[in-house]
This record gives sequence, structure tokens and C-alpha cells, in this order.
Amino acid sequence: MRIRTLEISVGAFMMAGFAGLIFLALKVSGLTLDSASESYKVSASFENIGGLTVRAKVTMAGVEIGRVSDIYLDKENFVGVVNMDIYQQFDNLSIDSTAAILTAGVLGEKYIGIVVGAEDEYLVDGDEIEDTQSALVLEDLISKFLFNKTQED
Amino acid sequence: MIIQALRRVGSKGVSFLDTFGASGMFLFQSLIAMPNLRNSFPLLVKQIYSVGVLSLIIIMVSGLFIGMVLALQGYNILARYGSEQALGQLVSLTLLRELGPVVAALLFAGRAGSALTAEIGLMKSTEQLASLEMIGVDPLRRVIAPRFWAGVICMPILAILFSTVGIWGASLVGVDWLGVYSGSFWANMQDSVQFTDDVLNGIIKSVAFGFVVTWIAVFQGYDAVPTSEGIGRATTRTVVYASLAILGLDFILTAVMFGDL
Repeated sequence: MRIRTLEISVGAFMMAGFAGLIFLALKVSGLTLDSASESYKVSASFENIGGLTVRAKVTMAGVEIGRVSDIYLDKENFVGVVNMDIYQQFDNLSIDSTAAILTAGVLGEKYIGIVVGAEDEYLVDGDEIEDTQSALVLEDLISKFLFNKTQED
Repeated sequence: MIIQALRRVGSKGVSFLDTFGASGMFLFQSLIAMPNLRNSFPLLVKQIYSVGVLSLIIIMVSGLFIGMVLALQGYNILARYGSEQALGQLVSLTLLRELGPVVAALLFAGRAGSALTAEIGLMKSTEQLASLEMIGVDPLRRVIAPRFWAGVICMPILAILFSTVGIWGASLVGVDWLGVYSGSFWANMQDSVQFTDDVLNGIIKSVAFGFVVTWIAVFQGYDAVPTSEGIGRATTRTVVYASLAILGLDFILTAVMFGDL
């Protein structure tokens, strides 16, 4: 009996460690088990992606509708290209939707906000969002502000 | 005079290298030739119980309080910049990268390492190790190896549980008490924490710490002067050496993992 309780507690200990690892993987680092099959890919080019990272959220009206899957530089046009996985249930985004890189709070994470357009045609897998708005870069804002100030004087 | 000092430094250095080499040989001898699993598995389970399960309480309680304190301190500073929602990111990265592995290992050295040293030292002073050898059982394999492996296995599990409980404690304080919005608390955390970079590197760190702490503990026990005073001194040495080794190794591992070297 003594041996059995000992073995049971060791087993429970190992299981607890495993459960903790799963918690860290799913809840803390946000790994998801569902595969990419339930989403479709849309790309967008930005002049400046700011601090956007892979796995950042793609939102519409504040609701998460996808994740950023890939970011790279287009060597021909020198723009940052962002690939997004949009969840399959949101398959009615019109083809003239606009995408903007936004910031949550002052120091919060960067995310993509999509505003829906007016066309009847919908975005499908592999499409590109033409109308984009780059991330606000604080240095640019400040330099513009200072430039205006000096012109006023 | 100078020659004397030089000689003393030299003899210290030689004896240090001597001990280091002896402990390396000792580890090597107790780990080569994994004995048959049927006999050694129950021994291992018993050691995981005494090294891991019995350390669980202190690890979980410390993890809870450290997570809660981090959330309180972090909230006060972040609130000054109006970015409380970064609290989840702050707490989880701190715990996963640094505090989880390091504090868990320090507690482990104090709780389990000292116990290992005292146990093995007492076995030596009561000549149990010698009698094992007499009846043809290798004490290195029978006594040292299961304890060593138990330490290496338990340390990452304890560190994972430490971080988990700490993050839970931080969400208790941050979300339920201080009123950070729970959506941004968890979303900020998930955006900034990378599984391979942060979680796995933390686990690698804790495996390294487990290796070093148990190595020091079992060697100090085996090497102890077989008197009550000697065992006391060996136990102290285990805690001191293991803590220093953890902190020094942590710096090196952090530089390699996160310092872009």
C-alpha cells in the first residue's frame, strides 16, 4: 500500500508537469491546435509595417478574424508584404476592404484592423488587399509636428 | 613571501582541479552502463517521490507569491505609463525566461539538494556504502544514479509548475483584484510569448540547472568527511556551490539564448 501511494503520487506529479506544459503552450504562448485548413490567405503590402509581428491579430470592428502568418520584404517595390490567415467563417469581406496597422494602447501590441468596403465581390484565398494604411511611426509624427511648429514661427 | 602566496594559490588551484576531475569521474562512473530497467525503475520512482513530489509544496507556494508580487509591482509601474495591459507580457516573460527556472532551482538546491547530500553523507558515515560494495552491489549505480536522474527529471517539471502557478497568481492579482481587462492581459501575453524561444529555452535552462544541482549534491554527499561535522559542512557546501553555479550558469545561458551572440 505504501508503495502504491508513492507511485500514484509520482504519477500525479508527472501528469501535473505535463498539464503545466500544455497550459504554457496553449494559454500563455498561444499555440493553437487547429490547422490552417480552416482559414484562407490574404496578403497586403504596407509602406511601413512598424512593429508588427507574426501571429499578431487581424481584427474587424475590434473582433479577431485572423492572424498574421508571414511578413517579408518585397524586393522589387520595397514594401513590406504581410500574409494573413483569415478564419473561414468570415468569407464575406468585400474586395475593396482596407487594412491598417494599428496599436492597442500606447505601448500595446500592433495588430491589423480591416474595414470592410462596398463591393459585392468577396476576397478569396490568395487575394491582395490593395488599399492599405501603414503603421504610425512615432518619430515621423514628432518630426512632422516639429516641422510645422518651426514654419509657424 | 610572494613565493609563499604563489604556492598557496597553486595548491588551491591544483586541489580545485583535483576535486573537479574526481567529481567528473564520479558522475561518469555512476551514469555509464544504464543498468537493467526492471530493477532500477522502482528506485527511480522512489527518488522522484522524495526529490520531486516532496518539493512540490514549497515550489508552488513560492511560485504563487512571486507571481502575485510581480503583478503588483509591475502594475504600479506600468500604470504610470497608462499601459497596464502589458502586465501579462511582463509577468509571463519574466517568469518563463528567468524567475521560473532560477528561483525554482535555488529552492530545489535548498530543499532537495541538501537532503540528498545529508542522506548520502550519512550512508557513508554509517558505512552503508561500504557494505553495499562488500555484498557486490555498486553503490554508484544503486544509490547515486537513481538520485541523479530523479533530480534531472524533476527540475524541469518543478520549473514548469512554478511558472504556471506564478502566471495564475499574477492573473489573480492583476485581473481579479487590480482590474486589468482579462482579454488584453492574456492576448498581450500570447502575442509576446513564443513557445520555442521562451517556454522551451526556460525548460532547457531548468534541465541544465537540475543537472548541475544534483551533480553537486550527490558528489558532496559522496565526498563528505564521514563525521557529523563533515556532513554538516558538506550540506552547507552543496547549497552554496549549487546556488552560485545556478546564478553563474544562468548568466551564460541567458547570454547564449537571448543575447544574440
